[in-house]
Amino acid sequence: MPKDHGIGASTKRREDVRFLTGKGVYTDDMRVYGQTYAVFVRSQVAHGRIKSINTGNAAAMPGVLAVFTGEDFKDVGGNPAGWLIKSRNGEAMREPKRPVLAHSKVRHVGDAYAAVIAETYAQAKDAAQQLADDTEIEELPAIVDMAAALGNTSNRVHDEIPDNQCYDWGWIEDNRAAVDAAIKAAPHVTTLELVNNRLVPNAMEPRASIGEYFPGTGDYKLTTTSQNPHLTRLLVAAFVLGIPENKLTVVAPDVGGGFGSKIYHYGEEALVLAAAKKLCRPVRWTAERSESFLSDAHGRDHVTKIELASDLEGNFIAFRTETMANVGAYLSNFATVTPTFLHGTLMAGPYKVPHVYVNVKTVFTNTAPVDAYRGAGRPEATYSLERVVDKMCRELNLDPFEVRRKNFITTDMFPYTTPVALAYDTGNYHATLDKVMEMADVAGFEKRRAESAKRGKLRGMGLSTWIEACGIAPSHLVGILGARVGLYDAATVRVNATGNISVMVGAHSHGQGHETVFPQIVASKLGVPESSVEIVHGDTSKIPFGMGSYGSRSLAVCGVAMDKALDKIVAKGKKIAAHMLEASEDDITFEDGRFSVAGTDKAKTFGEIAFSAYVPHNYPLETLEPGLEETAFYDPANFTYPAGAYICEAEVDAETGKVDILAFYCADDFGNIMNPMIVEGQVHGGVGQGIGQALVENTYYDSNGQLLTGSYMDYAMPRATDVPFYTVDYSCQTPCTHNPLGVKGCGEAGAIGSPPAVVNAVIDALQRGGHTHVTHIDMPVSPSRVWSAING
Amino acid sequence: MTKVAMTVNGKAVSGEVEGRTLLSAFLREGQGLTGTHVGCDTSQCGACVVHVDGKAVKSCTVFAADVAGSSVKTIEGMANADGSLGVIQQAFQDHHGLQCGFCTPGMVMSSAALLAENPKPSEQEIREYLEGNICRCTGYHNIVKAVLAASGQDANAIAAE
Ligand code: FES
Ligand code: FES
Repeated sequence: MPKDHGIGASTKRREDVRFLTGKGVYTDDMRVYGQTYAVFVRSQVAHGRIKSINTGNAAAMPGVLAVFTGEDFKDVGGNPAGWLIKSRNGEAMREPKRPVLAHSKVRHVGDAYAAVIAETYAQAKDAAQQLADDTEIEELPAIVDMAAALGNTSNRVHDEIPDNQCYDWGWIEDNRAAVDAAIKAAPHVTTLELVNNRLVPNAMEPRASIGEYFPGTGDYKLTTTSQNPHLTRLLVAAFVLGIPENKLTVVAPDVGGGFGSKIYHYGEEALVLAAAKKLCRPVRWTAERSESFLSDAHGRDHVTKIELASDLEGNFIAFRTETMANVGAYLSNFATVTPTFLHGTLMAGPYKVPHVYVNVKTVFTNTAPVDAYRGAGRPEATYSLERVVDKMCRELNLDPFEVRRKNFITTDMFPYTTPVALAYDTGNYHATLDKVMEMADVAGFEKRRAESAKRGKLRGMGLSTWIEACGIAPSHLVGILGARVGLYDAATVRVNATGNISVMVGAHSHGQGHETVFPQIVASKLGVPESSVEIVHGDTSKIPFGMGSYGSRSLAVCGVAMDKALDKIVAKGKKIAAHMLEASEDDITFEDGRFSVAGTDKAKTFGEIAFSAYVPHNYPLETLEPGLEETAFYDPANFTYPAGAYICEAEVDAETGKVDILAFYCADDFGNIMNPMIVEGQVHGGVGQGIGQALVENTYYDSNGQLLTGSYMDYAMPRATDVPFYTVDYSCQTPCTHNPLGVKGCGEAGAIGSPPAVVNAVIDALQRGGHTHVTHIDMPVSPSRVWSAING
Repeated sequence: MTKVAMTVNGKAVSGEVEGRTLLSAFLREGQGLTGTHVGCDTSQCGACVVHVDGKAVKSCTVFAADVAGSSVKTIEGMANADGSLGVIQQAFQDHHGLQCGFCTPGMVMSSAALLAENPKPSEQEIREYLEGNICRCTGYHNIVKAVLAASGQDANAIAAE
């Protein structure tokens, strides 16, 4: 019987009602008395020196209240990178300042170098156009190609960085010689060069911000499209504008998707705050979609060579990876950790491979900043691994299922430390593989293939097995690795006097359904109805200092903090109950919302205890504070390691090169499941994005650094017709061993596991169809690429 | 500036607009009906879909002045008279057809237009009809199921086929 409430129930989402009736309140939906409008002036060239900006004409236009340029922010701080990465030679990464507005140079198309504030949006827009006309920029040659950028000493994105390199990182550098030797001695080496295509995250709500300043108190308020309001507050306060943290409130209200792109602090947020202070009026800005394409942090963009050394039976000996990763023109907040610790540390996959080495060079180019996008580094790792394993199977004529099976870490090996330094706590990779094979009816494939062949279509099946490290995780460890923040989270449980409950959480919900799922946990634990629990998130003046939501961490980190706060509530409740029931605290048990004296029928309900805590007439005031409110911070002992196995079945039309995804199967191990409906939805969404990456999405900059895919006319988003119904299973569960909820995280899985499954299916279809010369096609496997590969 | 008058969700409304004022802006800024979302500037995403005289229209792509005298329906007008969710809205909640909710108003309005034209659409017909609506969160699976269910079909069985 499926559960109908509490942990494990597919409780319907309470937040849906407001979204379905048009009553959600996203940033751009807010109206603030006296509001003014900001419009940014953005570079039309990829690389140029600003010669002059004449602000006079724009400033004199109707309705214009202020004009800002990079000069105005020259002396304030920059937007920092969150992780310090060291190069193989021990040198610190190169870290150019990322200003609020560009000054002296513009470094990518869309780089904002000025802003106009006016009474109306139309007036601001007209004046911004005037300002653009009154600006003289000397265009410099654009740096777009990563290989060309490295070592080019004459043309630099940042004048002070001679080779356009941020760092040259090795993981683990001490293992390099042993890995090289193992590869040299191996009976077989499979080599694959591939591109992990650059993507634009494209949350459907464009970024937007409203800055307010209250002259009476000197307080600021920023309402913004953020996945982590506290982090934004910290960055604005401590690094960029120098506003005392306690004078700044950041509110992230309803947010229309993030996928990574709204983790980061952007210059527009600082500008609206500075402008609000100057004008003593609210200043608002909402990106047009074209601005989002030009200025949101993009994702992926790796060029990789991977080698897999094995024996002739397919036992893995070594993986060696060399990657160039694009960071764009400036370092976005997580740009330096994504291609390194979120990618290199995953390069053992779910395999017991003895030798792994990863080298990553990150490169500055005249393109938009690149940062974490759903999966962040882990999709790149999985794609490289699962594509090269697939290629090896073909070269050695081995069964891809069997090869995975013989190389998987087995259940008796946990905890298992990989050669790239992660300690997997638990898992069962054979179980998810078996499950997905059963779901996909692998045995029946040949019959289906023959049926496709009758219709003139080439049918293929692609497998991918994936693992990720999420719920990032122990602060002391990430500190050693270069993180400049802690990665705990926090929750406050406030039991109100009337017995209902407010829970203030550091996590932020922008589609994940926290308002529904978190109460399920509270209700299960306290024996109260879910409807009596309210989740408060997204407002730094209300919630404890938490790190927001990204990296599949909401439940695995913040949810656990909440669980620990609930433990404290129960512990205090027992003390109160012991007093009221005149029993020893040790004899009090708590079950189904009742505190009872063990072995008697004496009991108090949760509501009675709460009331007593706030109306402490019969209460142990000498030893216990009144009130029932507890906060817990939780810093995980390890990452969590969800894993799974995916199968894609696809059909290729060899005449046109068109790929149709016929079926997609996911068998995942997310540990314990709180709300199956939401878990399935997360997997669907991730797989949809992964299919998008594999089949249609790509970001093209031409050699002048012009973004050719700057709108939905040119950047192909996956549509309903591009994807099938997915078949999702999460019954293989190995609960996380180091958090009390046993949860692992499910938000990124789909986007990690699916791209290689799709590409493997396409290659399989072509190979079985006799096009044996096609061993790889880069994503997106568009009709033109497939057709060219077949006929090329 | 010209004065336009129209019916929105059954109520007569009017306002001063510039020639360039889009229907989406008229609804959001003029009428405070912020349920209609704007997700793009090229008429591609469908977050802004409303009904004009019963037809699904991208409100970011028509001028407010051009629909003067028309009857406009937005997401705010889709609930039942007693405030409970309408059939399509309820199906979206039942089948988890939304996550961040940003595409949702457009999805519901497009789905309603589809079902008005074609009361029992096939999976493929639904997917094709919704091509002009982008959702980044759901992978479309549960949206298609919701529309199947709203049309009285067995969504779970069809999705499992
Ligand atoms: S806002 Fe109208 S189609 Fe995108
Ligand atoms: S629910 Fe977020 S875009 Fe569709």
